[in-house]
Amino acid sequence: MNILLIGANSAIATAVARLYASDGHRLFLVGRDLTKLETLRDDITVRGAVEVALVELDITHTARHTELVERAETALGAIDLAIICHGVLPDQEKCERHFNALQASLDVNVISTLSLLVELGNYFETQGKGSLAVITSVAGDRGRRSNYVYGASKAMISTFLEGLRGRLHDSGVNVIDIRPGLVDSPMTRELKKGPLFSTPERVARCIVKGIQKNRTTLYAPGYWRFVMLVVKAIPQRLFKRLRF
Amino acid sequence: MTFSGWGRYPRLESRLIEPISTFEIEKSLGGSGQWGPSIIARGAGRSYGDSALAETLVSTRYLDNFSSLTTSDHGHTVLRCASGMSLEKVLETIIPKGLFLPVLPGAKAVTVGGAIAADVHGKNHHIDGSFCDHVESMQVLLATGEIINCNRNAYSELFHATCGGMGLTGIILDAAIKLVPMPSLDIAQRTLVADNLQDCMELMDEHHESKYSVAWIDCLASGAAQGRSVLYLGEHVDEKDAREKSKSGRKGLRAIKRSELKIPFDAPSFLLNKYTMMGFNSAYYALQKNRIAPKRIDYDAFFFPLERLRNWNRLYGSKGFLQYQLAVPPESAYACVSAVLSCASQAGKGSFLSVLKKFGKANNNLLSFPIEGYTLALDFKYEDSLFPLLDKLDAIVLAHGGRLYLAKDARMSKACFRQSYAQWERFAELKQKLDPRGQFSSLQSRRLGLG
Repeated sequence: MNILLIGANSAIATAVARLYASDGHRLFLVGRDLTKLETLRDDITVRGAVEVALVELDITHTARHTELVERAETALGAIDLAIICHGVLPDQEKCERHFNALQASLDVNVISTLSLLVELGNYFETQGKGSLAVITSVAGDRGRRSNYVYGASKAMISTFLEGLRGRLHDSGVNVIDIRPGLVDSPMTRELKKGPLFSTPERVARCIVKGIQKNRTTLYAPGYWRFVMLVVKAIPQRLFKRLRF
Repeated sequence: MTFSGWGRYPRLESRLIEPISTFEIEKSLGGSGQWGPSIIARGAGRSYGDSALAETLVSTRYLDNFSSLTTSDHGHTVLRCASGMSLEKVLETIIPKGLFLPVLPGAKAVTVGGAIAADVHGKNHHIDGSFCDHVESMQVLLATGEIINCNRNAYSELFHATCGGMGLTGIILDAAIKLVPMPSLDIAQRTLVADNLQDCMELMDEHHESKYSVAWIDCLASGAAQGRSVLYLGEHVDEKDAREKSKSGRKGLRAIKRSELKIPFDAPSFLLNKYTMMGFNSAYYALQKNRIAPKRIDYDAFFFPLERLRNWNRLYGSKGFLQYQLAVPPESAYACVSAVLSCASQAGKGSFLSVLKKFGKANNNLLSFPIEGYTLALDFKYEDSLFPLLDKLDAIVLAHGGRLYLAKDARMSKACFRQSYAQWERFAELKQKLDPRGQFSSLQSRRLGLG
């Protein structure tokens, strides 16, 4: 399989790349830091990736997205699977005080992702097959006071994906919305870890399995579907009083 | 957060730093010393005592990538990977390629960095030496922030101090390890029963050529039955012919993944007393005695029998346990092991798993544990009355020219260490040169006077 992996140096993406590599797939890695991309390339080559190409790109340079997809297509032949994994966890308090901080986080988590989805959506529609997977978050299911900037940006992506899924359904393309729960990774280094945290490796196994099974909305690990069912059922009158 | 070694004694409130790259460690260490004094690298936390305990712990969990897998003209295959990679993860990747690690300790969760820092040994030490004997080179980050690529020729002093150096020379970043071919997943295991210690040692000598050899020993049997034991011998099964016939090639080679049991709570400590231990040991001996038929078992079951109980360290109760592992030269081995067993059983203290194994020649790393002769490992649950006993055992070990394993130690005295590790002074000098401010230090290194 030919896989385009965007935001390849995120912990989850790295774990996903390693799983696909050990099954002998071809990968095209996109990330912001060339040294880290090269480290990942060497790593997955040892693990068994057949061919690995990479491109260093700051994903907020949306003007370069058309070119990016073209390069991936040239390198891979055809893209069978594209996974968008990049994102930041913004400082909620800072975003509440300074719009600039909020906007900067939206540039990464929303604008750049939407730009990629336009490019890849069109690519897959023309190709008439393939899978497009995007990592969102369980945080997008509810606007929690402690984390609603991140949550709202992920909710936008999830809603967008739902519509795109309908559009691409006619072309035989599957769109997968991956919603990881709390993951013990560099992104959450500053957070206190509780029993609900899982590892990037476990999340990656769920993702690979979910993509293989053509799932649409994928909670990873699976128990988050039930956790969020409960969270979603909390009425506003009560929810607005919760501090989490 | 509170940390401890695998033995869960002692415990220390520490700050954990999880750098995501070599660069981040380098930046923080270089000059500014923003992590403060008393830093020690921590891998899987599988050393038993206080080797990986300090006020600031630098976790290697994100240094977990492979760099290269190359085959030289001589046909040696060398794997280069980062130090936070666990041996289990290494096996998962290399086994499908028909390759295996030349030395495996009893715990697969151990990281490459930890395996080097403790220069761990396996059931084949008498033939293949210890882990570091198969390490070609490694990168070490010094206290100055410099990264040095050392091997047996370049920076050989640093190399031999870092192999077995318990992380005190710096942070091991990556290593190149020589791999060996793996003919099949299986080990042909033979089981021999020995009625006493003398028998057991004779059997080990007699089967010196067996690739893998280790004995479980009933540490509480006394009198004529003292040291009664079960000796396990193993050889890789060469399945080449069978494989060619079946044409499955190497497809059949896949790392084995077992479901692991997790103990949900600490065993109540009063369950572990002289009588339950004696009962367990006698029952185990009786059971194994009747299971001596040779059999084929997979490598995972052979090398890592304990790992099926993922947190078996909880068996010893909430206060934890201490493992006491000694090595002693061949000429005094019988007398030493016998005296240690007598002393422990008289005190009514013992363990489920006591292990006796033959060691091959020592290497020339400054603080590596193995010396030619025998090694005995005993577990003791933590209790205040244990410490006087261990001091007595120390005296026996020293009198017989033996030493204790730093990776298991949590309480040995400075004097005991200095008497048994002849090269400690050279190590201390080098350490002073490399790390004059003593940035890298653990509870253990301070106790042993290594800065």
